[in-house]
Amino acid sequence: MNGKSEVSEFYSGLYTDNIKKIEEGSSAFINSFRKEAFEKFSQLGVPTKKNEAYRYTNLDLFFKHNYKSYFIPDESDFQKAEEFRCDVTDLDAHGVVLVNGFYPTINGKLRELPGGITIGSLNEAAKRFPALVEKHYGKYAKSDSDGLIHLNTAMASDGVFIHVPRGTVLKKPVQVVNLVDSVEDTFNQHRNLIIVEENAEFTLIICDHTLSPQKFLTNAVSEIHIGENSHFDIIRVQNEHNNACKITHTFMHQERNSYAASNNITLHGGLVRNSTYHYLGGEGAECNSFGLYLSDKWQHVDNFVNVDHAFPNCTSNQLFKGVLDEMATGAFNGRIYVAPNAQGTLAYQKNNNILLTDDAKMDTKPQLEIYADDVKCSHGATVGQLDDNALFYMQSRGIDKRQARLMLMFGFAHEVIQNIKVEALRERMDNLVMQRLKGELSRCASCMVKCG
Amino acid sequence: MLIIKNLKASIEGKIILKGISLEVKAGEIHAIMGPNGSGKSTLAAVLAGRDFVEVTEGSVTYFGKNLLEMSPEDRSKEGIFLGFQYPIEIPGVSMVNFMKTAVNEHRRHKGLEPLSSSDFLKLMREKKELVEIDSKLANRSVNEGFSGGEKKKNEIFQMAMLEPKLAILDETDSGLDIDALRIVANGVNKLKRPDNSAIVITHYQRLLDYIVPDVVHVLYDGRIVKTAGKELAFELEEKGYDWIKKEVDNQD
Repeated sequence: MNGKSEVSEFYSGLYTDNIKKIEEGSSAFINSFRKEAFEKFSQLGVPTKKNEAYRYTNLDLFFKHNYKSYFIPDESDFQKAEEFRCDVTDLDAHGVVLVNGFYPTINGKLRELPGGITIGSLNEAAKRFPALVEKHYGKYAKSDSDGLIHLNTAMASDGVFIHVPRGTVLKKPVQVVNLVDSVEDTFNQHRNLIIVEENAEFTLIICDHTLSPQKFLTNAVSEIHIGENSHFDIIRVQNEHNNACKITHTFMHQERNSYAASNNITLHGGLVRNSTYHYLGGEGAECNSFGLYLSDKWQHVDNFVNVDHAFPNCTSNQLFKGVLDEMATGAFNGRIYVAPNAQGTLAYQKNNNILLTDDAKMDTKPQLEIYADDVKCSHGATVGQLDDNALFYMQSRGIDKRQARLMLMFGFAHEVIQNIKVEALRERMDNLVMQRLKGELSRCASCMVKCG
Repeated sequence: MLIIKNLKASIEGKIILKGISLEVKAGEIHAIMGPNGSGKSTLAAVLAGRDFVEVTEGSVTYFGKNLLEMSPEDRSKEGIFLGFQYPIEIPGVSMVNFMKTAVNEHRRHKGLEPLSSSDFLKLMREKKELVEIDSKLANRSVNEGFSGGEKKKNEIFQMAMLEPKLAILDETDSGLDIDALRIVANGVNKLKRPDNSAIVITHYQRLLDYIVPDVVHVLYDGRIVKTAGKELAFELEEKGYDWIKKEVDNQD
């Protein structure tokens, strides 16, 4: 389509330059996907606005840049990650710190948590648990149109691996803090694989932070398998600087009677694109896809959701909300696909936005493809301002306008946050959102990582 | 306390108030009655500081200060309370958070420390009992999903929390069944003190069966056309507004 563009050529070049080094460090199984993926990337290229799914997002802003390095971790990076694990406080989560998407080797590449849960390096897991990795890796992240997914498959050499064995219930969430840090402008890609087996219960928080001011581009793919009758929550908190671009592709593959919820909370970031793919792959499966984005300056946040009702009697619910200030722009694209046999489907979608200025802009697009007839689907999108009547009502009780605006925005955002089940985490998120709305957010308060 | 002199105001160029003069002294309850469209709610809006109403002439003095120059929040902190005819729903903002912020803003204005959470909740409990508001309402978002009666009771509850010097109740009785009406009126009466005042704006006389006004004004076509004691309310109940309209129209 666009494979020969200058931009795509640059990334093809990165592949050619680095593939040898990448393959040397990776397992044979993961390597076996690379060639075909690279060919697909060569065909598809970096998505442009001609690609319907990227219609409102100009990736060139970050892709058209001569990144000095393609991140492949070495020991010194892991030393650094270790240094950042300085002050672990308020630990109501099991914590893991990554640098540029990679798991430090210092304390062993795989760690065991209560209940036999394994967490650590995907690359290491591919060597130690080949059967497990081979059963799931590369099975869910598929696309006929998005070249970036293939670029990741072609080049990513590591990322987080989590295995939650059948029947394991871990009430305490696992927090993965992903620090982006480099002395040079850096492009990095990582690949996560999360396997939640049947009857398990697991909550994962992934926090993305930039530590140094360089220009960063991250293209991450996560594959998540959620086994029969299990329960999985993933919360992604994005807090990166304005010169960073984060692209995530999350594939959630659900089995029968399972429940999964994804919550993308974008507090800060130059350009953010989250693609969340929900596959309801068995009767009675239920998924929630939540998102909250708070943006200002020239920031751009794009959420793309794809819910695939492949089986009967499944339920899905999408709720995405955004507050856009100054010149910020955003996009929401929510697709619901209901297969011909997927009778008894319930599928809902809602996208609400508040624009605080005349310059802020939001494009929102529902996309429903329904091939079954016994289906309940609804969708709704709003783009508006803060409610003047509500503001006056609050002022008339003695609350000044600035505070009233804050409370309204916070209340608006809270509808997304309230879906977080772990109370301590919900409170934390509320605090972060409040700080962000006040314009005071630099580092996530009460994060387990207290760095410099 | 409140002196309104020759107040004229318009909304989007349309003149609504055509010269209103009125004085409310400490401890008085004034009722403002009148047919629909006479300007009652516009008067309330001017006093509360809504910006869609443009004051074209006249003055409003509150405790010696020019009220029209004060922001809505300052008016509130100086002791003016507006009970809304149509209370606003605020999704996502809990009653507790809303009231706590408001009460503490008022305290700060008076140079007092903010209330601790436990003291605040205690205050809230007391006031809820006083105005007989269902305690569950306090845990919900402001007015969200409240019935008409619950919303009005919630206005009285907020009034109890903020202890205003001058309460302006804009058609607080409209749409209420008799039980809700009684609760609202009881709330107003219980909160009455010798040093605070109220302006009760109503279309119907029945609220005045419960809240006994000192002065009754009839507002018609942007002017106060009649002022008398509480007996005027009974006369209006009996005879309706037509005789007043006729009187005024004949004069014109």
